[in-house]
Amino acid sequence: MTIQELDAIRQSKKELIDVRRLVKEQAEKLAVHTGYRHQVLVCGGTGCTSSHSMQVIAQLEASMKELGIDDVLLVKTGCFGLCALGPIMIVYPEGAFYAQMTPEHAKTVAEKHLVKGGSVVKDLLYKGTVLADGSVIPFAETPFYKKQMRIALRNCGVIAAEDIDEAIAAGDYMALEKVLSSMTPDEVIQEVLDSGLRGRGGAGFPTGRKWMFAKASQGDIKYVCCNADEGDPGAFMDRSVLEGDPHCVLEAMTIAGYAIGAHQGYIYVRAEYPVAVERLKIAIGQARAYGLLGKNILGLGFDFDIDLRLGAGAFVCGEETALMTSIEGHRGEPRPRPPFPAVKGLFGKPTILNNVETWANINPIIVRGAKWYSSIGTEKSKGTKVFALGGKITNVGLVEVPMGTTLREIVEEIGGGIPNGKKFKAAQTGGPSGGCIPADLIDTPIDFDNLIAIGSMMGSGGLIVLDEDTCMVDISKFYLEFTADESCGKCTPCRIGTKRLLDLLTKITEGKGTEDDLVKIQDLAEHMKASSLCALGQSAPNPVLSTINKFRSEYEDHIKNHHCAAGVCKALLSYSIDKEKCIGCGLCSRNCPVGAISRTDYTAPGHKLASFAIDPAKCIKCGVCLGNCKFKAVERK
Amino acid sequence: MKQCEANCAACESLGTPEQEAKLHAVIAESKSTPGCLMHILQEAQAIYGYLPMQVQKTIAQELGIPLSEVYGVVTFYSQFSLTPKGKNRISVCLGTACYVKGADKILQEVEKQLGIKCGECTADGLFSIDSCRCVGACGLAPVMMIGEEVYGKLTPDMIGKILDEHREASK
Repeated sequence: MTIQELDAIRQSKKELIDVRRLVKEQAEKLAVHTGYRHQVLVCGGTGCTSSHSMQVIAQLEASMKELGIDDVLLVKTGCFGLCALGPIMIVYPEGAFYAQMTPEHAKTVAEKHLVKGGSVVKDLLYKGTVLADGSVIPFAETPFYKKQMRIALRNCGVIAAEDIDEAIAAGDYMALEKVLSSMTPDEVIQEVLDSGLRGRGGAGFPTGRKWMFAKASQGDIKYVCCNADEGDPGAFMDRSVLEGDPHCVLEAMTIAGYAIGAHQGYIYVRAEYPVAVERLKIAIGQARAYGLLGKNILGLGFDFDIDLRLGAGAFVCGEETALMTSIEGHRGEPRPRPPFPAVKGLFGKPTILNNVETWANINPIIVRGAKWYSSIGTEKSKGTKVFALGGKITNVGLVEVPMGTTLREIVEEIGGGIPNGKKFKAAQTGGPSGGCIPADLIDTPIDFDNLIAIGSMMGSGGLIVLDEDTCMVDISKFYLEFTADESCGKCTPCRIGTKRLLDLLTKITEGKGTEDDLVKIQDLAEHMKASSLCALGQSAPNPVLSTINKFRSEYEDHIKNHHCAAGVCKALLSYSIDKEKCIGCGLCSRNCPVGAISRTDYTAPGHKLASFAIDPAKCIKCGVCLGNCKFKAVERK
Repeated sequence: MKQCEANCAACESLGTPEQEAKLHAVIAESKSTPGCLMHILQEAQAIYGYLPMQVQKTIAQELGIPLSEVYGVVTFYSQFSLTPKGKNRISVCLGTACYVKGADKILQEVEKQLGIKCGECTADGLFSIDSCRCVGACGLAPVMMIGEEVYGKLTPDMIGKILDEHREASK
């Protein structure tokens, strides 16, 4: 394919894509030229397919056929971001945002909206887009989307994820064209350096400097790798990029190959992401067929190809040297650094490795320029960051905000606050390597350096909101179970250290902890940070250190008073029945799995039946009685 | 080696002639690619459902590497299994988003209903339970997967019905 042919594809579908990006009035004018009265975009990301969006698509196809609708385009896209409301469907040019679709709803929309002369079915719209007076606002105006700035996710939920033509029309491969036709490798690296882009995988190392080192390394063979082993529990940013816009990653890797002088790339992706793997396979096949990968790309004399490598479920393989060892087909154990991968990486050759989200930022940096990119964000953290919002928050989903946005804006405005009237207690960032940010620091502008200053870290972008029902000792124990389980065992500080830390935490959650244990934890943690081989062991103590630091009173409560205020640590709980409130219905007794609840001789005034009581010796603290009692007679302390 | 004794039939053979042919084809096809071991193991597990010792031996022989190296890789990655899995492979997500929404109670309920622990397989071979760390469907937390099917927004009282459906479908 030549540049002219690429441009022809871009032009042929440009209007189709523009309709999805413009405000309603302009979109309506433009839609006339596209040949489609409506475009229906249905999310085909993992979140929505898990809530059966494929059935919605099948129903739409069937209904449209039945109704003889042939001028409506049905598009299966990547993630729109608001996963909590899946399956999601957007109809253009109106920009009508339908949420929690079922096949029945799809049928209704086809019959009432998609038919000629039809109109938006208000009852099925996302409630956030329907105002009190009945008027409808575009989803871009809702609190969830308004504060976002989509750079890495620019094409997610906009284009058909398996259609390279739509990707090209949306701007993919525009940067590659510019780089290969008019820039030298040094100019490319300078642009990335000037943009201030820092690695989005967690550590925040300047991307341009990585490329510079790899270019400076001598060697006839070099490699470009993409880290798509998104192992942090609760993080799904990379998955969404791969599912929604896989071509942007292929393009960026090719650009890096040109910049450092590499001709082969590898994408290491989790096998747990079947949809992402499938879309990558399709995308690589299409790019090869178009001559955008392979020999003599765009006829401009540069060769580059990409192969996929599947992970097999090992968290440590997200660490760069472990990932390369795994691509080589071995146990994914990390290697000491130096030598750094830029000097001696995959198969012993100079290698650069960047995270999916980092790659997703390359195209806009090249096309719109480093100056534009570096105008976004804070002094030392440029651009935007994608967060996977999860846990106790209303709008669970994927958000992209400029660096420097405060946690409060993300949680309260974009995230819609905490459900069920509960209070915000903390936000966990950085997964098993990060820490918890307490409520009094909620106004901290989020960037790489601020998060480290307050004892957490950016990590890859998982942001789990915790409410008052979460016990901070238990949550650090949860992360240590994870790291103890995932420690590869190569170095002693991590292998033994995670296990011993977990033992100490278990002791505290069982009410057997002493104040001396807190000293031991801190001491051990410092040793692990100083002497572990890779980031897994060095950062494994972070969750416990940050919670001891910010929530020390909770640890002390467990140790001194044998009390878990959140009611999570089972060994510290006791259940009892208020004999005055108990009406003697016996529901608790019938459902108790161990027969610990029996009738007493006492009948409360005003009640007909005698009250029940729990035998603490038999009680296993499962909490079934508490959930069952409609009279709030069961108490947990 | 215990799992070998338990499945001695599988230990001595390479399964059906089709399975054996597929295995040899996969090895022959990938042999010359650098770092092919993981890929071959993944394909082999897709053929057999797990990685019997004889399969590992065959791979080691044909690649000309020690069995210990193959076994080392197999036991390093959680995706590879040395024992057969159930017809319905249950995987309960214990990622953070699911955990704070009560995933531990879901796992307990599944274990209770099937009478086996996480990592085990029922005697009739119908179900096996594993835990995983995040399938990336955090919007639906807590979630579990049975095969490729994702079940979201779970509560313990939904488990019985879901298991029954699979039990029926497997008959």
